[in-house]
Amino acid sequence: MSLTSILSAEAIESAVKDCQEPNSFSYKKFFELCGLTSKTPQEVKDVFNILDEDNSGFIEEAELKFFLQRFVPGARTLTEAEARTFVSAADDDDDGKIGAEGLFSVVFLLGLLSRSPIMAAVSQEKQYTPSLLSFFVYNPSFGPREGEEEKKILFYHPSEVEKNEKIRNVGLCEAIVQFTRTFCPTKPAKSLHTQKNRQFFFEPEDNFWIVMIVRNPMVEKPNKDGKPPTVEYQEEEVLDTVYGAVLRQCYSMYKLFNGTFGRAMEAGGVSLLIQKLEKFFYRYLQTLHLQSCDLLDVFGGISFFPLDKMTYLKIQSFVNRVEESLSLVKYTAFLYNDQLIWSGLEQDDMRILYKYLTTSLFPRHSEPELAGRDSALRPEVAGNLLHYGRFLTGPANLKDPEAKFRFPKIFVHTEDGYEELHLIVYKAMSAAVCFMISASVELIRDFCERLDALVGPQLTLLASDICEQFTLNRRISGPDKEPQFKFIYFNHMNLAEKSTIHMRKTASVSLTSVHPDLMKILGDINCDFARVDEDEEVIVKAMTDYWVVGKKSDQRELYVILNQKNANLIEVNEEVKRLCATQFNNIFFLD
Amino acid sequence: MSEDHYLELCEGPVQFEHASSVNNVFFDEANKQVFAVRSGGATGVVVKGPDDKNSIAFRMDDKGEVKCIKFSIGNKILAVQRTSKSVDFINFIPDYPHTEFTQECKMKNASVLGFCWTNWNEIVFITDQGIELYQVFPDKRSAKLLKSQSLSVNWYQYCPETAVLLLSTSVQGNLLQPYAFRNGTLSKMTRFEIELPVIPKPAKLSLSERDIAVATIYGQLYVMYLKHHSRTANSPSAEVVLYHLPREGACKKSHVLKLNTTGKFALNIVDNLVVVHHQSTQTSLIYDIHLTEPDCALNTHQPVLPARSIHPYRIPLTGPVVVPSQPPVPCQLYSSSWSVFQPDIIISASEGYLWYLQVKLPPTVNLLKDKGKLMDFLLRRRDCKMVILSVCSQILEEGEQGSLPVVATVFDKLNQVYKEYLEAEQTYTLAMESGPSRNSAAQKRPVRTQAVIDQSDMYTHVLSSFTERKGVCHKFIIAVLMEYIRSLNQSQITVQHYLYELVIKTLVQHNRFYMLHQFLQYHVLSDSKPLACLLLSLESTYPPAHQLSLDMLKRLSTANDEIVEVLLSKQQVLGALRFIRSVGSHDNVSARKFLDAARHTGDQMLFYTVFRSFQQRNQRLRGNPVFNPGEHCEEHVVHFKQLFGEQSLMKAATV
Repeated sequence: MSLTSILSAEAIESAVKDCQEPNSFSYKKFFELCGLTSKTPQEVKDVFNILDEDNSGFIEEAELKFFLQRFVPGARTLTEAEARTFVSAADDDDDGKIGAEGLFSVVFLLGLLSRSPIMAAVSQEKQYTPSLLSFFVYNPSFGPREGEEEKKILFYHPSEVEKNEKIRNVGLCEAIVQFTRTFCPTKPAKSLHTQKNRQFFFEPEDNFWIVMIVRNPMVEKPNKDGKPPTVEYQEEEVLDTVYGAVLRQCYSMYKLFNGTFGRAMEAGGVSLLIQKLEKFFYRYLQTLHLQSCDLLDVFGGISFFPLDKMTYLKIQSFVNRVEESLSLVKYTAFLYNDQLIWSGLEQDDMRILYKYLTTSLFPRHSEPELAGRDSALRPEVAGNLLHYGRFLTGPANLKDPEAKFRFPKIFVHTEDGYEELHLIVYKAMSAAVCFMISASVELIRDFCERLDALVGPQLTLLASDICEQFTLNRRISGPDKEPQFKFIYFNHMNLAEKSTIHMRKTASVSLTSVHPDLMKILGDINCDFARVDEDEEVIVKAMTDYWVVGKKSDQRELYVILNQKNANLIEVNEEVKRLCATQFNNIFFLD
Repeated sequence: MSEDHYLELCEGPVQFEHASSVNNVFFDEANKQVFAVRSGGATGVVVKGPDDKNSIAFRMDDKGEVKCIKFSIGNKILAVQRTSKSVDFINFIPDYPHTEFTQECKMKNASVLGFCWTNWNEIVFITDQGIELYQVFPDKRSAKLLKSQSLSVNWYQYCPETAVLLLSTSVQGNLLQPYAFRNGTLSKMTRFEIELPVIPKPAKLSLSERDIAVATIYGQLYVMYLKHHSRTANSPSAEVVLYHLPREGACKKSHVLKLNTTGKFALNIVDNLVVVHHQSTQTSLIYDIHLTEPDCALNTHQPVLPARSIHPYRIPLTGPVVVPSQPPVPCQLYSSSWSVFQPDIIISASEGYLWYLQVKLPPTVNLLKDKGKLMDFLLRRRDCKMVILSVCSQILEEGEQGSLPVVATVFDKLNQVYKEYLEAEQTYTLAMESGPSRNSAAQKRPVRTQAVIDQSDMYTHVLSSFTERKGVCHKFIIAVLMEYIRSLNQSQITVQHYLYELVIKTLVQHNRFYMLHQFLQYHVLSDSKPLACLLLSLESTYPPAHQLSLDMLKRLSTANDEIVEVLLSKQQVLGALRFIRSVGSHDNVSARKFLDAARHTGDQMLFYTVFRSFQQRNQRLRGNPVFNPGEHCEEHVVHFKQLFGEQSLMKAATV
């Protein structure tokens, strides 16, 4: 495949010409001119693969200089400043890290494109994805009397909203919930559908309510002769289950790092709670990307790393040894390639911790690893040739005399309540281990050095073991053929999820390789399944000629998207059976 | 500190009349017999065998001082040397004449240094000028020279076990010539030289027979040379040098045992260990030539354990009058009257005792701190099983910090031996199955030594009691069990299901269901029907166990009946029906079982569906929807009619 099979030669030519002058490069303009902005995600991916010569999945900042030459061999190199602006544009969670570490991946490329308004075929129409209108936390019992309504509000986003409007909105939600209680006292309303937006209500703790208001996706059609554009709201596009799950996840994430609302109340009254809510949600809401929420958010599953028995036992042995020699460690979790292998935490805690690790912590740190050992990006490696271990939380460099030994604290369930733990995340190559230590212990340099010395070499060894085993297994199972189907699998029992629909997930964008309409159908099927207990099977033919199959057996759910336009129902059924036989032959899955 | 003594003299020693002016004592290493010869035999000869029971007593004429006396193998012929020229024979075969006959050595002017029986009727004379092998004919009362070799001999050593004779030749005596005997033949082995610490000038005999011993260690023949410390050579202390003497090929210096002291030493071999007794400190050292010392040069060995004396020994007083109040007399150990013989014999001629030296394993456990090395040591010993198991229990009991790596090492060592045995056993079985082939003689059934510690040993003696002990952190228990399973897997040994059950039991006891789930998810606990049933029984406390169990049954692929039972018991009748169809045994399942279950649900439509489904099956199989009488479905047919009426029954297709 060559670039010109996707992008036209003239477009490329003109795009490169446009930025001939040094420091005139603008990625937005460049992508527009070369026509990349009007391509599908798959095509963008193909373009990226061509640009990424060594197939590492990343273009490093150093390589980025030669970005234009990839398009036209004789083109100029980008200046330092241009390269830097380009990379930092890809730094979409604004923490300055991804840009600083100088890597540029297809995900960011897609991210860049998605943020510039899509100039699709109908260039006149503007498509708006669902977005967060407001988010607030209140407790009706804090201001029961008239005139004291403001006291109910514990957190309100956006904060610049005028006070009276805040009070009005909160009051409305309260009223709706109260009103629906008259029909079913135990199950008040969970969501409210309006033309422009949708509101979700959630009462995680007694009398504490969290409300999230999402603006429905809409299409803006400009009218001729200067009239304001007509707006069409697509309210049916939003799924209650998906955003309901997102809302619950917000609370779980808050609870993971702060404990319950009740705990803050006990510790420091309303003012502390307000302070904590402010601190947490201010940052967290920025990382919510409502446009890319889908079925996987409903499941909130954990992706497990496939591994052979022997290597798994080795990991067990490693975890046990570390826990024994560092007796402070209460729980350990082991991940590889952002997939879980072992969790000493209980399932529910692991679920939310996993979410945090894979969508927030790891993406922020993953790139330097991939840069490899020879990269100048990791100067600390030079002094430490014994292993590749490093702390993802806590001290960035142990040798730094001013390193701080502060780790994030998390709250997990115990038999009688919850406990507060330090979260140490330590990583060597693709293997990451979380060590959880009671928060009552103060962690000092000595401990971290001991941990580093003990875990670093062993983990490095183990990681290369796993990698070796993994590639070996993959070779046995044969080369990856592009299959005719894509699927999502979820098991409610162990929260195991598997998706061939989703590509690499990052904090900001969860990229799916299928059309949003299909994702919507999957969500609908899931809603149907949730209503009944019995095993079910649903087969849908989508408007786009895809077949969508949903199966539920015991606690498992499987969704398959087949790309066989001319297949009939029986053939589709057969195809899914074959898929079950090959992909899920070692579990009991009723046909 | 009495539990420190790792060497002891056997109980029930061989007792004989102690040496005195009228009583000469001789020891025959070949038959391990002690001869007490009173007054040259005239007043009696008493021969005590190795187990003290079959003693032989006889008289012979006093024809001069006895220099050497030995029975042939099987006590058939007695040979007595009284002069330096000849050896006398006496028949001990019943019905043969008892009168003595004599054989003189053939070589002129040679003097006989000694003789050795190499068979029941073959004897070799060693003279200062060579060796002569004779066949003795007791019936003819004569001997025939079979072979002879002439060379000048200083002294000799004979190893009866391997029938190898070692001759010291050359002026210095350090050129050793071994010969091997077998069925009347004599074969010369490769000559070799012992490196002397100092070459004396002028040359004189400098290698004494007292400093050389021949013995088999780990099935190989070794010549052990006690190299004394010498002031001139650069050796601060004495050492024992082992020369490996193969049947064919050259003899090679192979091991050096560092004694780290000087003085008088004696050597024994017990349980493949080289024991070095040191007289002045009254202690002994043991060496294991198969233990590698990481911090020493190749094949240089330090003592395995610190020096300790032999366990104190008390001689019980026996006599005509047993006085109960009189305590046994302590025996003087390392006495100068002791004589040491290979491999493991100590004789006190002055007191009239013959002991076998033994190694006591329990004390070694506390002396050897490095558990990995301890295991290497124990696994090579004879009576090691219980000691090894007790060591395992002990390291688990202590449960100190950082003991897991030790536990892992110990398990790995045990399983290595276990695996080797299993593999040998398998090869043997395969060879036997393929029929007696040409080399079937070479195939011997592998011997299961005590060092083979299998899973049931571990389970019974160590793990089951360990998991039940109070006060042990469950984390540690799980860690140990997983470590054992890991070690077995690493050695590719199939893990027995009772180990898995132990894991599950422990996890369930401590409510660690999520851990259990993860183990099963990664198939760490291998599938088996017993395990699946155990999981089913856990369903009430941990509902996901149901799914895990069904998955396991499915993977076994031999448990379809069980799956149907499970589904039916959950009232998932349709599910069961679909499953049984998917595995293709729909045609031969019991319809009654399904109908029972369907009726039990109280769901009439379900009953209808199931009933019709089986009618259709009947139609397909037999061309008639009616149930066979053997299927016992009559009551269900009646029930169906009651519910849906006669006309709903599927009718046989009319022709």
